[in-house]
Amino acid sequence: MSVNIWIILAAAVATYLTRVGGHLVISRFDRIHPRVEAGLNAVPAAVLTTLVAPEMINAGPAEWLAIVIALLVSLRFGLMPMFLVGAAVLIAARQFMA
Amino acid sequence: MTSEIVSERAVAGEFWRGMRLGFPVVVASAPFGLLFGALSVENGFTVFEAFLMSATVYAGASQMVGIGLFGQKVAPWLIVLSILAVNFRHVLYSAAVGRHLSGWPLIQQALGYHLLTDPQYVLTEREAEERGKVGFAWYLGAGIVVYVCWVAEGVIGAVFGSLIPDTHALGIDFLLPIYFLGLVMGFRKRPLWLPVVAASAVASIIAYKTVGSPWHVTIGAMAGILFAAIVPAKPDGEPLA
Repeated sequence: MSVNIWIILAAAVATYLTRVGGHLVISRFDRIHPRVEAGLNAVPAAVLTTLVAPEMINAGPAEWLAIVIALLVSLRFGLMPMFLVGAAVLIAARQFMA
Repeated sequence: MTSEIVSERAVAGEFWRGMRLGFPVVVASAPFGLLFGALSVENGFTVFEAFLMSATVYAGASQMVGIGLFGQKVAPWLIVLSILAVNFRHVLYSAAVGRHLSGWPLIQQALGYHLLTDPQYVLTEREAEERGKVGFAWYLGAGIVVYVCWVAEGVIGAVFGSLIPDTHALGIDFLLPIYFLGLVMGFRKRPLWLPVVAASAVASIIAYKTVGSPWHVTIGAMAGILFAAIVPAKPDGEPLA
């Protein structure tokens, strides 16, 4: 089997453990250490930011425009409108700015 | 005999009642299911691998993160760890809904937890609040329709994604950063959000320029996480969610 398949299956096991783990483990603890909790709280935003920030360095004006407008939309609206507006601006900007 | 028929009807009724609640979730998640399939092919997946990931991981945001990292040739353990990190919130859903599911037979619980997504968690909490209990037939009805459609969308997206001729003109290569930015913004109510994002952004850009890809992901993420762990948040900070 290819490496991809193994990674997918390992990720599936890890994900399933998060879905049963809370019931099996966390409910037995009274509380998590505040520093650990603060660190865990920060994980998604921290990981996701590293997937956006360096892309901005490589990007051009069309991508910057799309990201800035998507950012503004996200201040008021949910993920779906933000994403659709960002994609539309990106496609339009690449047509006219390329 | 009669009571068996009546109870079978009741189970079917509960199943359909759940399924109706699942349909709006299907509509809202469909674009992302299709997008996942299309982007996974763009990032080097086969159609089967896209199918396998949707069917076994079954967690939209983490699947996007996964294929984003696959495209960057990141070390396998880091991909698995990142998917785990994005999915870590399920631990809380699991701890919260566990008390409603614990009366079911073990095999039903095992299946039930696999279907425990963000919307399923919200629906289940609401069901428990309104009815005082959560039945397996209702839960399966709400969850299975979303699951089947999600897996199908991934396959459809993957098949058609490989047919898109000019992915650059359609912006396919830059959709993930936009989507990830949306996810980052979704966490902005959390304590220390802005400094964590700033620390991760700066550290990942510096690491990208010096150490190089893919280590900017680990280094940038660790910068934000350590910052949050070291700097004391307000004691009344938001709970882990």
